[in-house]
Amino acid sequence: MGFGAIGAAIGEGLTAAQANEAVSRKPEMAGDIFKSMLVGQAIAESASIFALVIAMILLFTSFSASSYVMISVVLGAGLCMGLGAIGSGVGSGFPAGAACIGMARQPGMSGRLTTNMLIGSAVCQTPSIFALVTSFILLFTDFSGRPVSPTWAALLGAALASGLGAIGSGLGGGLVAETSCQGVARQPEQTTPVTNVMLLGQAVTQTTAIYGLLISFILMFKGFPATEAWAPPMALLSAGLCMGIGAIGPGVGEGFTARSAVDQIARAPEATADLTRVMLVGQAVAESTGIYSLVIALVLIFVV
Amino acid sequence: MAIEGVDIIKAAAFLGAGLAMGLGAIGPGVGEGMAAAKACEAIGRNPKEAGLLTRTMLVGQAVSESTGIYSLVIALLLLFVV
Repeated sequence: MGFGAIGAAIGEGLTAAQANEAVSRKPEMAGDIFKSMLVGQAIAESASIFALVIAMILLFTSFSASSYVMISVVLGAGLCMGLGAIGSGVGSGFPAGAACIGMARQPGMSGRLTTNMLIGSAVCQTPSIFALVTSFILLFTDFSGRPVSPTWAALLGAALASGLGAIGSGLGGGLVAETSCQGVARQPEQTTPVTNVMLLGQAVTQTTAIYGLLISFILMFKGFPATEAWAPPMALLSAGLCMGIGAIGPGVGEGFTARSAVDQIARAPEATADLTRVMLVGQAVAESTGIYSLVIALVLIFVV
Repeated sequence: MAIEGVDIIKAAAFLGAGLAMGLGAIGPGVGEGMAAAKACEAIGRNPKEAGLLTRTMLVGQAVSESTGIYSLVIALLLLFVV
């Protein structure tokens, strides 16, 4: 129970920090823009609301804190949702800010800009939803029949894989959506290709969060034999950490790539085909270290 | 749980392997993304040079990938050799 409170406190503190950051990005608007700011903030806020829900569940449920498995479930759920909300909260703030500035510049484009912002922010929210799913599975699955020794580490690893893995993808997806909102405001006739490439680029940034979710599911649902030794639980915890941390870099890096590609497509429409190809090649290379992390995590779970 | 020498060394090696690969993946991921971002910017500005720029981007990314591969090698050594 004490661990649960710590997890919830970390989650709420982290999400409050990035909600403030998202709000401070766009103080320079007025009037009509205020509405869009509220919508954008509501989306950025949703990640921290997920964290609040998990925190409330942790605080107001009486857990039978009888075993180490329960402690790691409670700690894991809090950490997972808290970490998972960071990227999506910050990321969703970017397109909201860009959409507000774009509206100030091109008031006629408010409708298209709002649509584009909503699509982009929705994709940014997916990693935090992955973290929410993992937290709920941790909290509402009965793990009491499992052996204590490797299970505690598997569950903590699952939480870290989803939670840490969500940071990079949420942030990267936000960077892409930001420039796409800028591009729509600058070149209204380019809206369709800009939105398409934004979605393509964001989809690639989400892949590492999906690897994190995959590792979480394997860690939660694969039965591990009971053990007295320290090596097997450490291998499982390490698999979660490896995939979670390893997903951050590629998620952010692919976001940088897609951000520039979207920006240039709005400026130089004739180069769209070249830019899309180079973006995908560049992202594929940036993805490689995420795939190494996936391989090491799978080796840690299934081989050693 | 019994704490024995060999067991503790294996446990530490596993934890180390995961941390090595996980942390080692951050830098190349971000760096290669930046290289590709600049290549996209340059191609947008100068579409005629797309071939040369793509080649340069790939060479640059290959070099920044090296530390990721070092991490992979160290992680595999920790997993299978130690």
